[in-house]
Amino acid sequence: MSEKAIMTGKYFLNGDEACAEGALAAGCRFFAGYPITPQSEIAERMSKRMPEVGGRFIQMEDELSSIAAVLGGSWGGSKSMTATSGPGFSLMMENIGLGMMTETPCVIANIQRGSPSTGLPTAVGQGDMMQAQWGSHGDYGVIAYAPTSPQEMFDFTVKAFNKSEQYMMPVFVMADEKIGHMRERVEIDESRVKIHPRRKPEVDPDEFKPYEPDDDLVPRMASAGEGYRVHVTGLTHNEQGYPQLDVKTQQEKVGRLVDKVKKNKDDIVEIDTIGMEDAEVLIVSYGMAFRTAMGAYKQAREKGIKAGIVRLVTVWPFPEKKIKEFSKQVKGIVVPEINLGQMVREVERASAGNAEVKLVPHPGGGLHKPEQILESLEALL
Amino acid sequence: MTTELKQKEEVKPELTTAEHPATKYLREERLPHIWCSGCGLGSAVTSLTNAYEKLEIPVDDIGVVSGIGCAGRAAGYFETDSYHTTHGRAIPFATGLKLSNPEMNVTVFSGDGDLFAIGGNHFIHAARRNVDMTVICVNNYNYGMTGGQFGPTTPRGATATTSPYGNYESPFNLPDLAASAGAIYVARWTTVHARRIQQAMEDALSKKGFSFVEILSPCPTGYGRKNDLGEGIDELKSYQNRCVIKHGSDPGEAEIVRDPEAEIVVGKFVDTDRPTYCDIADEYLKGEK
Repeated sequence: MSEKAIMTGKYFLNGDEACAEGALAAGCRFFAGYPITPQSEIAERMSKRMPEVGGRFIQMEDELSSIAAVLGGSWGGSKSMTATSGPGFSLMMENIGLGMMTETPCVIANIQRGSPSTGLPTAVGQGDMMQAQWGSHGDYGVIAYAPTSPQEMFDFTVKAFNKSEQYMMPVFVMADEKIGHMRERVEIDESRVKIHPRRKPEVDPDEFKPYEPDDDLVPRMASAGEGYRVHVTGLTHNEQGYPQLDVKTQQEKVGRLVDKVKKNKDDIVEIDTIGMEDAEVLIVSYGMAFRTAMGAYKQAREKGIKAGIVRLVTVWPFPEKKIKEFSKQVKGIVVPEINLGQMVREVERASAGNAEVKLVPHPGGGLHKPEQILESLEALL
Repeated sequence: MTTELKQKEEVKPELTTAEHPATKYLREERLPHIWCSGCGLGSAVTSLTNAYEKLEIPVDDIGVVSGIGCAGRAAGYFETDSYHTTHGRAIPFATGLKLSNPEMNVTVFSGDGDLFAIGGNHFIHAARRNVDMTVICVNNYNYGMTGGQFGPTTPRGATATTSPYGNYESPFNLPDLAASAGAIYVARWTTVHARRIQQAMEDALSKKGFSFVEILSPCPTGYGRKNDLGEGIDELKSYQNRCVIKHGSDPGEAEIVRDPEAEIVVGKFVDTDRPTYCDIADEYLKGEK
C-alpha cells in the first residue's frame, strides 16, 4: 500500500476498502469505530492506512463511544469518520443528534445488513433508509448518499466529506453488504478529487460567534486550541453557542438545521436518469437494488417497453421536485427496495397521485430478480 | 502620616479592582451559575480554575468536556474551548479531542451518574488505555438534575425519589474502580478540602495519562433533605468530622456507607506512571516494538 493519502492508480477493491480510501483522499485523519459485520473491512483498512498518512485510528469500546470520539475528533480539528451497520447505527443515534445540533462535520458510513435487530449480519439489506432521516430525536436536515459500486464507495465518500464540511453536519454513506463486499475495479485519480476545506472563522476571536450563519445558513467552525474559546452544547443555543432555552432560540436554531439542507437542496440533491426521454414507466431505485433494476430496465427495453430509471445518488434530501415532474410524464412508478417499503413512501408523497406507485419489496438477505421488477413494470402499463 | 495615607490611596484602587488571577478561566458573562445554594460544584469549579492558574496553563490550550447533569453544566462556565456533550459520553468525546489534537490539555468534568452509570464503560476503557486526560467527578450520590433519583454511588439504605424504601443496590467505590481500571493517579477529597482539591487537580493535570479525582459534594436539594443531612453547610461539617486522610491506602477500603458517623477515607490512593495510549501507539506504529 502507498503512504500517499490519495493512491492514484487502478485497483481491485471491495466497497468497504474503497470507502476507506475515499475518506483518506477527502482528508479524513481520524477514525473511531467498533467491529461489526459487514463494515469491518473499513476499520481494518483504516487501521493500516491511517497511520501511514499521519492520522489516528482508534478502536473504541462500542458504537456509542465511536461516534462520540468522532465528534470530539472533528472539534479537535481533524476530518473524522466512523463506519458501522444497523445495530451500531441504532446505538449512534443520540450522538448523531448531538452532531446535528452542534453542527459538527463528520461522515458515518452505514453498510446495511438484513434487519431489524441482529437480523442477517452477513447479508444485504436496505432497512435503515428511514432511520437515516428520522433516527435521532427531533428535527434536522439530513444528507445521505447511496453508492452502487466500489468505485462509488470511493467517490461518494469523498462527496460525503465535502458536503459535511460545506454544510457543517454529519453526512451518511448508506451502502449495504453487497456493495461493501463486492470487489470491482476502482480508479483513483488525485487530479479528480476535489476537497472542500473546513469553514474557518474569518474574524478575530472577540467578534466570532460559532453559530452565526453565513448567507447559506451555515456557520463556521473554530477547532480546539485556535484561541476562539468556543462553547459547544447539545442544549438549544444562541449564536454565541450558549444555552438559551426559549421558543425563539429553538425556532431560529432548529429551523436553521432544517433549512440549511432544505434551502440548499439544488446544490445537494443528485440523481441519475436513464431512458427518461421517452419513458412511460419509471423505476426509482438506489444502492444495490439499482443494479438489479438495471437488469429489469434492459429486459423491458428489449421487449419494447418504454421504461426509465431514476437512480438516487442522494437519498436524503429526497429529490421530490424531480420525482414530481417525472410522475406527470409516466403511467406508473416501480420502487424496488431491499426492505418492506421505506423510500417508496417518499416517492408516493412526491408523485402526489400523478402516477400509480408500486413497491417491489424484498425482506433482505438476498436480491430481487430482475423479472420481479419487470413484472411490476408490465402490470402498470 | 501623609505619606502613609498617600500610599494607601495608591494601593486601594488596585486592591478593589484587580481581577482574581483565575477569573480568566471563567466565562463571567455566564454567571451566576445554575447550581443550588449549598451545592459543592461551584467550589470544585473554583479549585479547577485555581489549579489551571497555578500551573499557568494557557487558556487556549485547555479543553473542558462535560456530560449531562448538574456537573455537566460546568463546561459552560469555562472560558476555554468547552464541550457539553451527551449523557455519559464526555470521556469518548474527550478521547477523540485528545487524539485529534494532542496539544490540548483535556479535562473531563462531570458527575457520578454521568461518568459511572450511563458512561461507566467509557471510564474503564479510557483508564485501561491510559488516554492522557484528567477526569474530575463531582460525586453527590444521586441524580440531582432530574430530581434526586438514586445512582451508582448512592449508599445502601439511602432514600432517593426512586428508592423510597431505601436504596437496595450496592454502590461503586470510585477510587477502587479507577485504580483497578488502570488510572495512574487517583485521589478523593470533599468540597471542604478546598486546598487539597486544588493540589490534587494540579497533580492530576500535571500527570501524563489517565488521572482521576473524585470530589464528594453536598447536595442539599437532591440528596441531603431526603436523608436528613440538613443544609449544605451541615453536610460540609459532616465531611469535616467523618473524613480521615489515608494517603497511599488501599482504595478497596475506601467504601462510603450511609452511617453518618462512619469514616470516609480521603487522600491520594494512586500516583504512578505508565506510557499513555498515544506513546505506546506511536512506538508500535514506528515499528519500535
